[in-house]
Order: sequence, then C-alpha cells, then structure tokens
Amino acid sequence: MLTPKARGALSAAVNEALCAGLADDRCDWPVAESGDDAALTLWTLYELHYRGFEDLADESLEWHPELLRLRRLLERDLERRLRERYSAYAPHRSADFADDLFAYVSSHDGASVAAHVHRHADREQVLDLLRVRSIYHLKEADPTAWVVPRLPVGPKAALVELQYDEYGVGDPNRLHAHLWALGMEAAGLRADYGAYLDEVPLEVLEQNNAMSLFGLHRRLRGAALGHLAAFEATSSMPSRRMAQGLERLGLPAEIVDYYTEHVEADAVHEQLAVRNICGRLVEVEPGVADDVFFGAFTCLDLEDRFARWMLAQWGVSEGQDPDEERDVAPGSAA
Amino acid sequence: MSESRTFEHPDIVLCPGGPMLLRGDHVIQDADGVSHRTERPVSAVCRCSRSASLPWCDGTHKVLPEKLRPT
Repeated sequence: MLTPKARGALSAAVNEALCAGLADDRCDWPVAESGDDAALTLWTLYELHYRGFEDLADESLEWHPELLRLRRLLERDLERRLRERYSAYAPHRSADFADDLFAYVSSHDGASVAAHVHRHADREQVLDLLRVRSIYHLKEADPTAWVVPRLPVGPKAALVELQYDEYGVGDPNRLHAHLWALGMEAAGLRADYGAYLDEVPLEVLEQNNAMSLFGLHRRLRGAALGHLAAFEATSSMPSRRMAQGLERLGLPAEIVDYYTEHVEADAVHEQLAVRNICGRLVEVEPGVADDVFFGAFTCLDLEDRFARWMLAQWGVSEGQDPDEERDVAPGSAA
Repeated sequence: MSESRTFEHPDIVLCPGGPMLLRGDHVIQDADGVSHRTERPVSAVCRCSRSASLPWCDGTHKVLPEKLRPT
C-alpha cells in the first residue's frame, strides 16, 4: 500500500518524511491537529513494522530514532487514554482466574454491529462494514504474533497452538487473513492491504493502534493477551449472526465462510486464550494479571465505540430490536 | 513457578461450564450415528447439547442459565 492520505499537519509531515527521507537529527514535528491526525500518524508508524509502504524512501526508516521518538510520544498519549477509560471498570477477582475473566468479558454491555447485520442491515451497510473491518482482518493475528518471544514456556506453547490455527495450520488457503481477502474479492471489494484506510474513522484506527501497542511492548504482554482473550470470547455467536445476515442478503459464500469458520474456531480459541494462555501467564507472572483485564477491557470498549460509530453512520439507534440480544462483538464478527 | 518442569498437556480437557477440548485428529460419531472429523489442531466438542453446530461448540453455553451449563 501507499502511505495513507494525511489527516492533519502531523500525519502530513510524517508522510513526507517517509516518502522523501529523514535526517538523523530532525526533531521539529508539528503538533497533531486532531485525534484523527494523531491516530493516523501512529497507525502509519506502526505499519512500518508490518508490511510497510510501497512509496517508502528507505526501508531503514522503520528504526529511525526520530520516528521512534515520535511513536513513543503518541503511544504514551494512547496508553494514558486507554488506562483512564479502564480505571472505572476494575474486575472482581476470586480464586478462579478463568471464571473471573469470562465473567468480566460477559458483563461488559456494549453496542453490537452483528445484531444489526443479522436481521436488518442492507447490502450497502454490510459492504461499509467489510471495508472498515478489512484494516484489521487483513493482518488478523499479526499483532499477537509479536508477543510469542516475550512469554514463559507454558503460555508461549499455548499461544502458538492458537496462532497456528489462525495462520491456517500451515495451509495458506486456510490462513484467516487470506480467507478474509477471498471474501472481500468475492463481495466485489478490494482485498489489497490497507485499501480502505482513508475511509476508516478514528475508532478503527484506535482499535488497530491498541493491538499494535500491546503487541510491540514486552511490558504490555498481559494486555496483549487479555485483548486476545476478550476478542475470542466475544466472537463465536456474533460470527454466527454475521454469517446468517450475509446469507440473508445473498452475499457470496466466501465471505459467509469467513464468518462461519470463526463460529467454531473461536469457540475453541476463547477456551485456549482464557485458560491456557492468560491463565498460565498469570500463574507464572501474577504481576501482569491486572494488565490482562486492562487489555480485555480495551478490546471490549474500543469495539463498543466502533459499533456506536458504525450504527450512527447507518442512522440506527442502539437497541433498535428489543428481541435481539445485545452483545459486544469485537471478534472476527461484528 | 519454575519453568524447569514437565507440563501437563492432556489430549482431552473438560472446560468447567463449557466444551470438551480435543487435541489432534479424531472422528466423532454423533447421537444420530453421523461421523464428523476434526478439522483443527484443537477442537471444542459441545457438552451443553444446545450448540447450533453440533457436535462442535459454538459458545451457546455462555448464554445458558448456570444450571443448564455442563459441570
């Protein structure tokens, strides 16, 4: 992909640096004009560590000290905001960590995009959703892959067992991000990486930035895995709703299959993530337990913020359908 | 906790209130005599009988009242 369209002075300056090159000692970044400008800049800086940009002047910019310094400032601001939001939602803790984490996730009440797609959405709305979801789904599981070398033996083996399934068990045809790409193409959308970045809102940039923040910092390994657990634990049933909604609208089998795959896969993954990955991590490193809940909260909260934005875009009020159980649906689903 | 130990890694795990996790390749025969082959490294077999994807778990147990969940 090319560097994304700037959303203010800071993202414009970073784009220019990425495309034209950057002196080692530059330190005059403009102030971000808005939350959007800051979030896009951070997303762009993170992207240097994923697939990068075709118009990058020099691939070594990935580790340029001035870009890393700027990233650090933006990350501090993001983490501070995320922790402030979490501060009012301390978990109830008992002797059973897995029970507590499952209960914490299920007690979070949020808006659901999947519930709307299930019964009410029209085709255009579903295509809107697929476009903005594509930013994450085309790098599905990648932010969590960074956590692997930072873990002790038990949770490391458990995380790789889950990730192996995400990455298709060695078969590229089953790699989840690839299933998504096939679904996008079949639905008549662009499947190339980052194709729809310019139309995603702050809420989507923040969801993606939070995953990269947690994945890239060893210090935040607990949050990364708590995020994973909450994501997986809120995916199976919303994925079923998505699959049924897409079938109702006659969308192609490939994109329906993506969601169907996640019904059963994530019913497994939620158990692995909560019990074997987070549970074992907390046994060995009890000091990260609170960060596991912080990560779980962040996943649910950012999905709720996204869902409210998406529903508002469609002119749908939350809880429009009293018969439909509301649920948070960050997983592959909503 | 020391890491220089042998870890438990069972082939079958009964999740409290949830499914049975099954590691490896297996064929499961359901109540109607139909066989289902596992398709992933770990599979979750429904234990609450209310999954819409039987014999596989689809997370339905989580919305059941406590008394209807598997022990």
